[in-house]
Amino acid sequence: MESFSATLEGHGLTLRRDRTATLQVNVGLLCNQTCRHCHLDAGPGRTESMSRRTVDEVVAYAGRCGFDCVDITGGAPELLPDLDRLMEGMAPLCRKLMLRTNLTALEGPDLEALIDRCRRLGVTLVASFPSLSANQADAQRGRGVWEKSVRMLRTLNRTGYGRNDTGLELNLVVNPAGAFMPPGQCGLEARYRRDLLRRWGISFTSLYSFANVPLGRFRRWLLSSGNYDQYLEKLSGSFNPDTISSLMCRSLVSVSWEGLLYDCDFNQAAGLSYGGSPTHVTSQSAAPPAGKPVAVGDHCYACTAGTGFT
Amino acid sequence: MESYYDPKDLGRFQEIGKEAPELARKFFDYYGAVFAEGELTEREKSLIALAVAHAIQCPYCIDAYAQACLEKGSNPAEMTEAVHVATAIRGGASLVHGIQMRKAVEKLSL
Ligand code: SF4
Repeated sequence: MESFSATLEGHGLTLRRDRTATLQVNVGLLCNQTCRHCHLDAGPGRTESMSRRTVDEVVAYAGRCGFDCVDITGGAPELLPDLDRLMEGMAPLCRKLMLRTNLTALEGPDLEALIDRCRRLGVTLVASFPSLSANQADAQRGRGVWEKSVRMLRTLNRTGYGRNDTGLELNLVVNPAGAFMPPGQCGLEARYRRDLLRRWGISFTSLYSFANVPLGRFRRWLLSSGNYDQYLEKLSGSFNPDTISSLMCRSLVSVSWEGLLYDCDFNQAAGLSYGGSPTHVTSQSAAPPAGKPVAVGDHCYACTAGTGFT
Repeated sequence: MESYYDPKDLGRFQEIGKEAPELARKFFDYYGAVFAEGELTEREKSLIALAVAHAIQCPYCIDAYAQACLEKGSNPAEMTEAVHVATAIRGGASLVHGIQMRKAVEKLSL
């Protein structure tokens, strides 16, 4: 397989940043689940978690940069003790605040307070819901996860999330349950909308389907199951040069639990620093400038396969 | 030749055009058109193909359409039901010929 940078070169392309509109904050690797497709190796045993000091530093950085959108992810962000501080700090600084959730981590005594806060701040929820099949979802995310996820989606609908009349966005993210490409987004969204409503009375705003990225725990599984070469061939064979102009790394910057910058969350998992060397938010007076090269690796093929990962 | 079936042969399918390129072109164009979204979705067509692959017991097609079904968003439960459809038709086709057997027996019997 040709390296990603050689493929770019072969097409006469370079990957450079555009205006940075989104800050993605990865609050740490602690998670209540151990999903087998996780590119970060997050899980219950991980201790890496954003400190209060770093939360404040990241909020101050967002204040200096003026991002349109702030996207909070993890691990499970719900497990961060200072999540409320981070959300309250970010909300006035951006037009759109997003919170990623695996749905099961929302469960617990703080659920009501968290949902109230999300509603008050107009937070968009982005929930992982990989399959309409319980077996497939549980094989990816752990036994019983699918049932809990369905229950939580219904709870969120009751609070107004994912309903047309409230303006509270509930978006679903679908990742394939294995070493195969994701289905086309349009057809899949229509089928999920129809089946979730018919079978469980669940509604949502939009659905996004993404390829699994060959890093972290997913990479190890690809290797141990003998799928690695074939999967990488499939991704690289589906390289579509038209995806380059709208790749998310052109308009997003990712910050780790330590406050270090990356061109995206996948580069964070791969240890590819923004600008080629560890760069802390406190050292930056503004958002990454347009024109700066993006650090790339072979995992980037997951973003450029078919219709792409934007 | 170690085996009549080699998974790598699937990737060489296009080589069939070497001796009769025009026929191959017509076949592959037709094949592509058949599987494009129409009155049936691509997902539905892949499930039908998977069922037919089992009926004709083609290992290349089973391999290709197991993956295609997953990539079109079908899950293993749906795919298993599709295989049962093929099985029911194959089994039913045998069984319904039992009527011919019965007619032959009736004719020969007192
Ligand atoms: S993994 Fe995707 S988003 Fe990240 S740098 Fe590569 S192409 Fe860009």
